[in-house]
Amino acid sequence: MIWFIIKRLMQTVPVIIGVTIVVFVIMQLVPGDPAVLLAGEGATKETIEALREQLGLHQPLYVQYFDYVSNLLRGDMGFSLKNNQPVLQEIMTRLPITLELAIFSTLITIVLGMLAGIISAIRPYSILDTVVMVVALLGISLPSFWFGLMLMYSFSVKLHIFPVAGWDSMLHVVLPAFTLGAGGAAIVARMTRSSMLEVIRQDYIRTARAKGVKERVIIYKHALRNALIPVITVVGLQFGALLGGTVLVESIFAINGLGRMIVDAIRMRDLPVVQGGVLVASLVFVVVNLIVDILYRLFNKRIELN
Amino acid sequence: MSKEVILEVKNLQTHFTTKRGTSKAVDGIDFTLHKGETLGIVGESGCGKSITSLSILRLIPSPPGKIAGGEVLFKGRNLVELPESEMRKLRGNEISMIFQEPMTSLNPVLPVGEQIAEAIRLHQKLNKKEAAKKAVEMLRLVGIPSPEKRAKQEPFQLSGGMRQRVMIAMALSCNPEVLIADEPTTALDVTIQAQILRLMKELQERLGMGVILITHDLGVVAETCDKVAVMYAGNIVEHATTETLFETPLHPYTQGLLASLPKIDEDQEELYTIEGNVPSAFNMPSGCRFASRCPLATNLCREYKPELIEHESGSKVRCWVYSNKWQEQEVVV
Amino acid sequence: MINVQEQKVLLEVQNLKQYFPVKREKLLQPKLSVKAVDDISFTLREGETLSIVGESGCGKSTTGRAILRLDEPTAGKVVYNGKNILELSKKDLRTLRGDLQVIFQDPFASLNPRQTIQQILSEAMSIQNSVQKELRKDRMRELMHLVGLPEEALSRHPHEFSGGQRQRIGIARALAVNPKLIICDEAVSALDVSIQAQILNLLKRLQRQLNLTFLFISHDLSVVRHISDRVMVMYLGKVVEIAPKHALFDQPTHPYTRALLSSIPVPNPKVQTERILLSGDVPSPINPPSGCRFHTRCPFATELCSSKEPETVEVQNGHYVACHYANDFFSA
Ligand SMILES: Nc1ncnc2c1ncn2[C@@H]1O[C@H](COP(=O)(O)OP(=O)(O)OP(=O)(O)O)[C@@H](O)[C@H]1O
Ligand SMILES: Nc1ncnc2c1ncn2[C@@H]1O[C@H](COP(=O)(O)OP(=O)(O)O)[C@@H](O)[C@H]1O
Ligand code: SF4
Ligand code: SF4
Ligand SMILES: [Mg+2]
Ligand SMILES: [Mg+2]
Repeated sequence: MIWFIIKRLMQTVPVIIGVTIVVFVIMQLVPGDPAVLLAGEGATKETIEALREQLGLHQPLYVQYFDYVSNLLRGDMGFSLKNNQPVLQEIMTRLPITLELAIFSTLITIVLGMLAGIISAIRPYSILDTVVMVVALLGISLPSFWFGLMLMYSFSVKLHIFPVAGWDSMLHVVLPAFTLGAGGAAIVARMTRSSMLEVIRQDYIRTARAKGVKERVIIYKHALRNALIPVITVVGLQFGALLGGTVLVESIFAINGLGRMIVDAIRMRDLPVVQGGVLVASLVFVVVNLIVDILYRLFNKRIELN
Repeated sequence: MSKEVILEVKNLQTHFTTKRGTSKAVDGIDFTLHKGETLGIVGESGCGKSITSLSILRLIPSPPGKIAGGEVLFKGRNLVELPESEMRKLRGNEISMIFQEPMTSLNPVLPVGEQIAEAIRLHQKLNKKEAAKKAVEMLRLVGIPSPEKRAKQEPFQLSGGMRQRVMIAMALSCNPEVLIADEPTTALDVTIQAQILRLMKELQERLGMGVILITHDLGVVAETCDKVAVMYAGNIVEHATTETLFETPLHPYTQGLLASLPKIDEDQEELYTIEGNVPSAFNMPSGCRFASRCPLATNLCREYKPELIEHESGSKVRCWVYSNKWQEQEVVV
Repeated sequence: MINVQEQKVLLEVQNLKQYFPVKREKLLQPKLSVKAVDDISFTLREGETLSIVGESGCGKSTTGRAILRLDEPTAGKVVYNGKNILELSKKDLRTLRGDLQVIFQDPFASLNPRQTIQQILSEAMSIQNSVQKELRKDRMRELMHLVGLPEEALSRHPHEFSGGQRQRIGIARALAVNPKLIICDEAVSALDVSIQAQILNLLKRLQRQLNLTFLFISHDLSVVRHISDRVMVMYLGKVVEIAPKHALFDQPTHPYTRALLSSIPVPNPKVQTERILLSGDVPSPINPPSGCRFHTRCPFATELCSSKEPETVEVQNGHYVACHYANDFFSA
């Protein structure tokens, strides 16, 4: 297991290097001269030239890349063009909010999705199963911005149960997390259902029945643990999709998270912030994948054999 | 036989309803099992052996399967009509079962000791610790070395032979009166098969249970069973003591089956073959089901289904040849 | 039966080894490999049937696959028609594949469900270019006749056939390219007794008609006795005994062969076989026992057996045994 974790950690190194290269290259591809952008409108030629010198823009690309990386290693992501604040500081205030949103959404994805999947699988092709699966299908096909707006309209504007926007109390979390987690929950529900139905047909379930085990115990003790093995992978993938979704949801619900920061920065052409934001988001994604892999491994010791 | 009857199956019928129609997988099976006796059920794949045994414990996947008729009498109770909760108390306790595939019949994510202990705790008033101890005892009983260590392992860490021992330990943990073993050694190598069959024999003698042994291997039958039921296409076609069956097989199918075995101690240039194939379960002939492959078949066979009748040798056989009608027919022709 | 000793050698396997690397589990664990086949040699003569028997995992299929070069063997030679198959170029190998065919256990898994039997056969012929296009139709009819299927079968799909019929199709496909040697890997193991008898008869008849050579892999010793001229017994990647059929079944010499033969249940309740019950399971081929690999389960093992690997001894003409005490056991 330790061997596996070490190996897996080592595998993430090239991935992270890849991410920094991609982010760096994107920066190069953005039209316009960064020095011109940085100097602002109406700057003189001399100012721009001095800036270019200062930023090392005359250097060959690979030198610039190494500078970029060594700055990163020192925790220096540059300064926002908008307010001259360090990018890292900005990210550090935004990241926890987004993580909170993502974690709550994931919880909704997991709990809601698995519950619905199990309920469906216990009596396949029953009315309850059909209803749950139709709802799940809707959950997958509805665009989340529309879904979010509908939630906001009905529960905040009409019923006044939840606040419309912002991020102050636990109540604020509910609607955005639900908007973000619903699609994943639907996918997890369908996955859990098919996985459960697959497991229920296995020989060892028959063995459990032949022992005289109650149907309920068969479901949660014998079937569920085996059925969840493939579901974990899906949850992991969903978390990636979910990070992308934060951009939208944070905009709808006016939450000052990382996603919204990146969107705003793109609109303002605040390149260092975009760069830093994308980099951190990618790192979070890599780390989550690592955790999912390790969890999967813990759940399913048999893969160690192959 | 003077021994006490523990299980009696009467006219058992199990049907499967699918899109293609109704398949009468088991179509009127009768047999009795006495205490301490081993009954073999043999037949080609798909003839209904497993479905028969699953029907006894009501473990048929339903839908599409359904017990359509008949009785399974166990100690005076008809299991076919027992409420599910009563049935559960019986499973794994008074009647247990082992399955063909030791590789897939154990839960892959639970330690094997725990899987045995689960059966013990369901049917005996033991706490968790005592049950775990008993599970280790059972593993020792079935000859698994260092049982304390093995009990904590998961199935993938055990070989096929060991897994089948675990299945046996689990099945015997509550001292059942009937053990149903569905091809318990088919997936194992011959040297391991010899070990497992020996073990089952020893335990049966010690615990005195009745055993139903399902197999397609006539060698296994000859060595371990007291009597045999030969199945063909959902019916029992012959039912006899093992010795009588091998000495004087009556049914043309049984005769063909025995003749087509390659002999381990004899040279044969050509093997006897039963031509043709088993009829489709969805399209059973109305007459004798073996008629399309039987060298003796007549119009009588093709039109009317023979009953399972008693022969003077004491065997029961489902074939017109042994009825009075056969002689009459010859006269007519 | 032909006297195979006088036939020309068709295939010679010399010191064949096939190791498969194992993934390391723990840090600093030494690099390990499964020794699936570990230094085996034998010859196949034209027109004979040599069977390989042994428990599951002993290396039977691996031997067959290595001969066909479906895996790349670790070491050794497989000489066919004077050429070492293991050194052939891709192109020469492809030509050679026409001579060497294989039939597998599961006839269904090895037939493409979307193709008709005609397409399956015609594809086999065109890969090898063994039959001219115009003659293929005739050849297919001939093949159907040969394996005992009606000509109408050509236009049907594999799922429309029973297990035994599918195995006939598998045989027809192997025959389509006029092979010299057919490797039958558990070719009748999945079949019911009555169907198995049909296929065994068919294989025997084809061998006589077409002068085929069979390498017959099976774990069923009754079947092996019926079909073979010679039998080779394997244990944990090694050949422990190889002998003409009668010598092997009448005078089994290696303790493992004896145990194996005595384990077979005999379909006759009057025969009480004296069983040599082996204890324990087959050890792992990753870390096989030292000396004689069978010593952990052998009832006759001595000190010598656990330290020194036995040489192969010829106890009688053509009867080879790899055991330190082969000569003692043979006369006993
Ligand atoms: N591709 C592979 N990678 C790793 N190990 C392998 C591979 N193929 C075979 N082995 C191992 O090599 C050994 C011999 O395998 P092989 O398939 O030849 O056995 P066999 O005698 O044919 O058994 P069976 O009767 O079960 O088919 C086994 O221990 C098997 O696990
Ligand atoms: N779940 C199922 N659905 C439909 N038919 C089934 C099902 N299970 C078994 N059968 C049919 O029942 C018959 C008997 O099966 P089974 O008892 O498993 O055969 P075996 O003698 O090999 O144990 C076969 O024709 C089989 O196709
Ligand atoms: S009843 Fe007729 S067809 Fe059926 S087995 Fe007897 S002789 Fe054959
Ligand atoms: S060499 Fe020794 S251990 Fe091996 S088979 Fe012979 S007697 Fe047994
Ligand atoms: Mg079965
Ligand atoms: Mg094999």
